[in-house]
Parts: sequence; C-alpha cells; structure tokens
Amino acid sequence: MNIVVCAKQVVDVGEIKVNPSTNKPVLEGIPRKISDIDKNAMEEAIRIKEKLGGKITAMTVGPPDARERIKELLAMGADEGVLIEAPENADYHLVSRALARGIEKMGDVDIVLCGEASIDMFSGQVGPRIAGHLRIPQLTYAFRLEADEGKIRADRNMGDTMVISESTYPVVVTVTKEINEPRLPSLMQILGSANKPLNEWKMGDLGLEGEAPRVTEVDLSGVSMERKNVIFKDDLDEAVNELADRLAKEGVTG
Amino acid sequence: MIMMVLIYSDTEKGALELLSKGRELADAAGRKVSVVITGPDAGSRAKRFIEHGADRVILAAPSLEGFKAEEIADVLEGIVKDEKEDVILISSTKNGKELAPRLAAMLDAGCVTDATSIDIDSGRLRVERTVYSGNAVAKEEFASTPAVITVPGKAFDPLPPDPSRTGEVIEAAVQPGGHGSRIIEVKKMVSEGVNVEDAEIIVSCGRGFKSSDDLKMLEELADTLNGVTLGCSRPIAADLKWLSDDHWIGLSGHKVKPKLYVACGISGQIQHVAGMRDSGIIVAINKDPDAPIFNSADYGIVGDLYQVIPKLVEALKARK
Ligand SMILES: Cc1cc2nc3c(=O)[nH]c(=O)nc-3n(C[C@H](O)[C@H](O)[C@H](O)COP(=O)(O)OP(=O)(O)OC[C@H]3O[C@@H](n4cnc5c(N)ncnc54)[C@H](O)[C@@H]3O)c2cc1C
Ligand SMILES: Cc1cc2nc3c(=O)[nH]c(=O)nc-3n(C[C@H](O)[C@H](O)[C@H](O)COP(=O)(O)OP(=O)(O)OC[C@H]3O[C@@H](n4cnc5c(N)ncnc54)[C@H](O)[C@@H]3O)c2cc1C
Repeated sequence: MNIVVCAKQVVDVGEIKVNPSTNKPVLEGIPRKISDIDKNAMEEAIRIKEKLGGKITAMTVGPPDARERIKELLAMGADEGVLIEAPENADYHLVSRALARGIEKMGDVDIVLCGEASIDMFSGQVGPRIAGHLRIPQLTYAFRLEADEGKIRADRNMGDTMVISESTYPVVVTVTKEINEPRLPSLMQILGSANKPLNEWKMGDLGLEGEAPRVTEVDLSGVSMERKNVIFKDDLDEAVNELADRLAKEGVTG
Repeated sequence: MIMMVLIYSDTEKGALELLSKGRELADAAGRKVSVVITGPDAGSRAKRFIEHGADRVILAAPSLEGFKAEEIADVLEGIVKDEKEDVILISSTKNGKELAPRLAAMLDAGCVTDATSIDIDSGRLRVERTVYSGNAVAKEEFASTPAVITVPGKAFDPLPPDPSRTGEVIEAAVQPGGHGSRIIEVKKMVSEGVNVEDAEIIVSCGRGFKSSDDLKMLEELADTLNGVTLGCSRPIAADLKWLSDDHWIGLSGHKVKPKLYVACGISGQIQHVAGMRDSGIIVAINKDPDAPIFNSADYGIVGDLYQVIPKLVEALKARK
C-alpha cells in the first residue's frame, strides 16, 4: 500500500489567551504541535502498513518550522516526509489543492489519510476537498478501519447514524480520535528519523505559482470568557450547602 | 455576485432553516432561491419548500437512495453549473460537512463550514465562524463564486409557511457518476430524542465516573433540579458509548447554552468548554484542584463526585 498521511502543524489551542486591550487572540509564542487527530491518522497508516506492507509518506503544507513536526511523524513510522511551503494567505482551497497536487506528483497513491478536522481551525474541509480535487471516493469520520488488498472498509460515526462503507483504492479516509491510541516513538526511532528523506516542494513545483485563495480572512476577534471562579475546597458539607444557596440565589435551580 | 441561492440539506428541517437565510440573501439582490431534493418521491415534498420561501424546487436523481457524498456532490455540481447558482447553502450535519468541501473542490470554489452568520457587506459575501476552539471568531470573505457555505442547525429560524406562495418545480437531468465506494449498512444511533440544545439545565458527566451504572446518581440530581437534561464529554459518547451522541457536548458535539451547566468529573479541556461556554452559570465538581474546568466555572467543588453529588442532592432537596 502506498499511503499518504496529511498532517498539519497547529497552535496548541489550550494555550491561547485573548489580549483584553486589543480583543485579539495572542498566537505569538504559543507552542506548535501536530494536530491531535493527525497522529491517529499516522497510527492507522502504520497499522495498515504492518498488515499489508508498503510505504508511508507524511505530507504537510506549512511554514519552514513545520519540518520539526514532520520529523516527529518520521520517528513514529513514516518512511518519508514532504513539506510544501505555504504562501501567507493560504486558505482551505490552496492548502487542499497543494496536497492534492503533491499526491498526484507522487503517483500511484492508494490511501490518503487525514484527521476529521484540525484542532485550531476545525473546518473539516481538507480531507473531502482532496477527494473532490482528485475525484476519488472518500470515507469520512472513520472510527474503525479494515484494509485489505483490493478494498477498505470503514465504520463511520455520522452523528445520528453509524454508517459502514467500503471503497476500492485510491481513496481518501478521514479518521476520528477514537480510532486508535497513537504510539510514542522510541529513542532509537527518534534518532533514526534524522536519516529519513524529507523533501521540500514549493507551490511552483506543483504548478500552483500565483494560485489565488478563494476565501480571505477580514477579521479575527477574541472571545473571552469571564467566570466568577468561586471554588470550595475544604469541608464538603459546607461546600454543598454554600453551593445550593448560591444556585438558589442565582435563580437557576429549576 | 448575482445571488442565485441553492439549498441542499439531508434533513427537511435543515432545508427550511437554510431557506429563511437564502430568501433574505436573494431578496436583497432581487434573485431566486432554489432547493434541491434528491431520491424517490421528491415531488411530494416540493410544496412545503415553496410555502417556506423557495422560488424553485429542483428534483434530481430520483434513483438515489440514502446519502452518499460522492453522488450528491456530482448532482449538485451539475446543477450549479447548469443553473449558474452562485451561493450554495448546505446544512452542517456530518453528511453536509463531508459533502460541501468535496463539492467546493470539484467546482474549484471557496467554502466555509459552520458559518454562524452570513451577510452581504458592500457587495461582498462575508461569513463568521468560530475558530481556535471557541477562543476567537473569524470573519471570512469570499473572493470568488460560487461560494459554498455550511450552516449549523438552529442558526436561522424557518419562515412561517405561506400557503399562497407559488413556485416552479423542475426536474434536473443530471445523474451521479459511478464511484468505487458503497454503503453497506446504516444504523440509527440516537435513541432517546434528547435535545441538549434547548435544555434549561444540563448536568454533564465525564470520565470521572467509573461505570455507566454510576450515571444513575445523576438521575437523582436531575430529579431535584427540575427539567434536567443529561450531557457528557466526548469520551463518554464516542469511546465508552455509555450515552448516545445526542448527549455529546463540545467542539465536535453539540453547542449548548442552558442557564445552569453542571460538569461532573469532566477535566474541562478546551474542546469540551467550546460547547458550553455560553452557559449562564457553570458549576464544576472535580477531585483535582488543578483541573482546567475550574477556570471555566462560576462555582466549583473540589472533591470526589461520589461523595459530592449525594450531598448536593440532599442540600438541594432541603431547600425545596
Ligand atoms: C483566509 C485564510 C487565511 C489563512 N491563513 C493562514 C496562514 O497564513 N497560515 C496558516 O497556517 N493557516 C492559515 N489559514 C488556515 C488554513 O487555510 C487552514 O488551516 C487549512 O486550510 C486547513 O484547514 P483546517 O485547519 O480547518 O483543517 P481541516 O480541514 O479541519 O483538517 C482536516 C485534516 O486535513 C489535514 N490537513 C489540514 N491542514 C493541513 C495542512 N496544512 N497540511 C497537511 N494536512 C492538513 C489533516 O489531516 C487534518 O486533520 C488561513 C485560512 C483562511 C481562511
Ligand atoms: C479535535 C478534537 C475535538 C474534540 N471534541 C470534543 C468535544 O466535542 N467534547 C468533549 O468533551 N471533548 C472533545 N475532545 C476531547 C477533549 O480534548 C478531552 O479529551 C475530553 O473532553 C476529556 O473528557 P473528560 O473530561 O470526560 O475526561 P478526562 O480528561 O479524563 O477527565 C476526567 C476528569 O475527572 C476527574 N475525576 C476522576 N475521578 C473523579 C472523582 N471520583 N470525582 C471527581 N472528579 C473525578 C479527573 O480529575 C479529571 O479531571 C476533542 C478533542 C479533539 C482533539
């Protein structure tokens, strides 16, 4: 199986604070990491490779420092990395187009694995967009996968329904957080990752020089949450009585 | 932008909500709103959409049964191109969210998912969506047409039906292509008809509970607080399956705004908070004094929920 795992470098959203004077989220200095569910996608790729053999390529559209993130995926088990340098104004279209072109450039890809959504922008667009660009089938929100030689079967969490689908190759699969527990690389694997190939492609290499975004961001405003933060720690009987009184006073007990 | 608006939803309720916004956008430009219905018996539903604001109902692919994103995307691609539609509104159900970006890519178009507002600002189509797990709202503008937008449930109220409205019903010739995927089975997952979105009081459980039997404790709390709906964190629904997905609250679950939200044994990761941060009063019960949920709470009790909940039930009963 020739597998591509699409993984995004994101800001750690748990660390974001809103600057009260500008009302903007502060993104500078926030740690970068691989979007959580993309590690599940990586883990699933490794399991498919363990079963059926093949090769795993980790592909990222991002800034130059995303190299470090790709190395983490090489340590986990990817055979090769690709970093596609993103232009400043890269929107959903540009990112997905670049990934789709990158996949075409590689040639003969069987499975493209993505997360259901990134943890920062959370649009859920990239997986289905890649499938749309390449005009190949898509299996979304997979929480269980069974890959075989000729076809792949997915149990999919579609909210109100659970849908079991199967597809021939090539196919785009998006996975949920529940599909597996991503492995931690060993020290040997971390050291070994330095020797694995990490290619860098530019938009121009993919025939996308000057390609325009379809959506632009015109404003970003912070949403802060003010709470009373009254915490009772000591005597439980006192605590519940105090809480019951407060709730009654707030008029929220029904 | 000429504002020919096309609507597709995998539920009738969703389509009616989208129609209300679609009507507003099209009216501002003096243009038309069309609704696409696929599958057999589509014609019988056309009248209802016209009463709720549609100018046209487009019946397509009567042979299609169920929902497969690849097929619906083919049908919509054909209709958008034939009819020169330029704004496509789709419900943000999971079906809608796998359909819209696929369709957008096939059309080489922009797409914004989970739009909480859609407006025309000096001739430009602008939408807002929540990003960074609830920490910010981004305003995004379409630089080209067509524009594909998905809209979460209840973002817009349906228009009142007007039985005297008239509209056109047409049949589209477009047919879906063949695809290498197929649906083997569809299982219904919602059981209880729970509606956390409209709940006034929500008591929510997380992995601090040791077994699904222990959730009974919450029922007692529910009896004391009138009209409680049960909510939960993602692992309770998605991993452990103690509750169905309609209880799941958070970024990837339901967004709620009850007047009282009680989080029991929930750590308060930002993805959970994203779904309940608009609640009136937030109460947290957690044994870990450093749990992030306390930063998002008005009132908190640090303690073992197995002790705290029975005591709280007593205290609330005593005040009845
Ligand atoms: C106007 C505008 C300007 C933007 N400017 C920037 C910018 O300057 N810098 C920036 O970093 N982002 C920018 N973004 C965000 C960027 O376009 C999106 O993050 C990107 O399109 C992916 O969308 P998402 O994060 O919602 O991912 P989703 O679609 O939710 O991700 C789903 C899955 O797709 C895959 N995936 C997503 N993104 C990538 C990626 N980049 N590489 C590999 N795989 C991926 C992963 O498997 C992921 O789990 C901008 C967005 C807009 C709308
Ligand atoms: C892209 C993405 C989307 C997500 N979407 C959602 C979402 O929509 N909703 C959601 O909830 N999560 C979501 N998550 C997961 C989220 O990050 C957390 O992992 C999850 O919310 C944790 O659930 P929990 O609080 O029940 O469990 P845990 O984090 O394990 O917390 C259990 C808590 O219980 C406490 N506890 C244990 N025993 C007791 C006791 N006896 N008494 C009192 N307290 C006790 C512990 O101190 C702990 O704080 C998402 C994650 C990602 C990456």
